Order: sequence, then C-alpha cells, then structure tokens
Amino acid sequence: MTARRRGGDRLVATYVVTGGRSSPTRNTLDQITLISLSSSAPYLSRSDLNEEQNKILGHLARGAQSVIELGAFLHLPLAVIRVLLCDLIESGHIAASGRRITDGPAEGPDRNTLEAVLAGLHRL
Amino acid sequence: MQDYIDSDSDPGPVLRGNERTVKILIVGHMGAGKTTAVQAVSEIRPIKTEEVMTTAGSGIDRADLPHKTTTTVAMDFGRVNLNEELVLYLFGAPGQTRFFDILEDLAHGALGALVLCDPRHLAETYPILDLVEELGLTYVIAVNEFDGADRYTEERLREVMELAPSIPLVFCDARSRLSTRDALIALVQHLLTKLPEPVR
Ligand SMILES: Nc1nc2c(ncn2[C@@H]2O[C@H](COP(=O)(O)OP(=O)(O)OP(=O)(O)O)[C@@H](O)[C@H]2O)c(=O)[nH]1
Ligand SMILES: [Mg+2]
Repeated sequence: MTARRRGGDRLVATYVVTGGRSSPTRNTLDQITLISLSSSAPYLSRSDLNEEQNKILGHLARGAQSVIELGAFLHLPLAVIRVLLCDLIESGHIAASGRRITDGPAEGPDRNTLEAVLAGLHRL
Repeated sequence: MQDYIDSDSDPGPVLRGNERTVKILIVGHMGAGKTTAVQAVSEIRPIKTEEVMTTAGSGIDRADLPHKTTTTVAMDFGRVNLNEELVLYLFGAPGQTRFFDILEDLAHGALGALVLCDPRHLAETYPILDLVEELGLTYVIAVNEFDGADRYTEERLREVMELAPSIPLVFCDARSRLSTRDALIALVQHLLTKLPEPVR
C-alpha cells in the first residue's frame, strides 16, 4: 500500500465513486458486519453497478467478508465502502448479517457471547 | 498455531456470512506493540488499513474543495475464528485523541479494549486510559515486556500509574501468540466479572 499517500486525490476519486454521498441515510454498517452475496445475486443484472461494486461482488464470490476487510481489499475508506454496500443491499445483490450501528448506544456484550469468546481463546 | 497466510490479499478461512462477529480493540501509544499483537493472534494475514480523516468539517462530501486538510490513520486488523459460529476481529488502533471519531466508530459494539504499553514509556499511556474511558470501553492494561526494559512488579506499576485496583494489569510479550491470547483472556474474564449476576 505504498501509493496511498495522496489523501486529497483519493477523496475526489471516492467522491465520484459514491455519486457524491458520504454516508448512507439508513443506519450504518458496522465494520464487522458480514456481507455475502444474496441468493438472487446470480440472476440480477449488474449493468447498473459501478466498477467498485463489481469488484465487491467479485470478492464475495469467494465467501462472506466483513465490511472492513472489503474496504481494505478495495482500498476504500470506510465511509465510501459503506455507501457502496448499502446500495448493493438495496439493489438486492448482497445481504448483511444482523449487526448495524444504529443511533442508540450499543448494548454491552452478553454472558453467552463472552463465555463463547473465552472458550474460543482458550482453544487457540 | 496457524501459519501466516502470505499471499497478498488472502482473505483467510472462508466465512459463510451467518457467523457471529465480535471485536476487541488493541490500543496503545506509538511503538507499544499493537501491530505485533494483532499479527501474533490473527489467522488472516493482518491487514493494514488507512482510514482517511478530515480534520475540518465532517464527511467527505466537501472533498472537492481545495486545501482540505486530511490525515490518514493507520489501523491494523486481524481475524481469528473462535469456533464455527464465532469470529473475533482485532483492531490495532492508534491512541491519539485527534483520532477520536474513528476510535468512537470502532469502539461501538466492541467487547472491550486491551491497552498495550511499553513500561519504558508509561506516561504515554495515561492519555490513552482517559481516551478509552471516554469511549466507554472496559479495558485491561497489558504491559508489553520489551527486551532490555527494566522489569517492574505489578505493585510498582500500579503505584506509578495510580491505577484503581479494579483495573486489571497483566504482563505480555506481544510477539507471542499465547501470551497475547492470555492478555485477551484476562480482558474477557474481566468483562465477565463486570456483568450483573445472573438471576437464579
Ligand atoms: N522485545 C520485544 N519487542 C517487541 C514486543 N512487541 C513489539 N516489539 C517490537 O517493538 C516494535 C514496535 O512494535 P509495533 O507492534 O510496531 O508497535 P505499534 O504499537 O504497532 O507501533 P505504531 O504502529 O508505530 O504506533 C517492533 O519492532 C516490534 O518488533 C515485545 O513484546 N517484545
Ligand atoms: Mg503499528
């Protein structure tokens, strides 16, 4: 990632990629929301999608990915990847697992989750 | 122990998409060992992302304006599958207050934070503790035992850092998978103690 110092240039480019919007109007995707191809994705036209969105679908063909990983693979800032993904959800190409950031405060982790994490760490 | 996957953008073990995902932040001052710790535990080749941040205004919708001040924030992230249904993401993030917005975004929904610190630069950890508290994250301090650094007892470190007894402090070697894992275990155990007692 050596050619990534030109913050300004990238911003202009990403502005174009998202059609000028910087954040989705709906609740935001958490960085670790998992994104996968929808079951209808193979039947939907991709002709209206931009290059970046096609790349996203290409990545997802290999398996689900978190929002942050998709952003990293495509070298796009989080704000931009979120917009692109929200549009793909809307168009039906992809599906997101449950987790979103909503305006309210996050609930803390529950006991079951923490115990599962603990057991998992012990197995490493 | 899993070998690192070293093809350039290997996405690691394939995910189905219906796994549960959780995240833990690894924060610390410059050179505290954040990148090293994420690498030690991750099953995917840890990825370095650079998040572009605007220092004036908000969002990127005014990016076409000239002389816009932007800065990039380097973050590392790694992933480890804890079981078939559960995936842990680790985020190594810088602890400077000017990155508050990004940290706030990251902290949302995180289980908690591991605050790494180099015992030779203890003072650099204080603002990070304030920051993590402001973010509302439960945390554990992990003192990264660098080669050649003086060894302090836990008692001495607590005294110097004026740590409340309720905040766990552990020692680790960020280069070691098991040692870093143990620090994460200390965090999760601490999180469990902070839960309300289960109703019987
Ligand atoms: N001896 C020893 N060296 C370590 C340990 N952890 C990290 N290092 C070394 O310390 C240096 C800094 O570690 P990094 O993991 O890059 O630290 P960082 O917090 O990511 O640093 P920045 O991203 O620059 O803020 C590297 O050269 C590591 O190899 C440790 O536990 N023991
Ligand atoms: Mg680093």
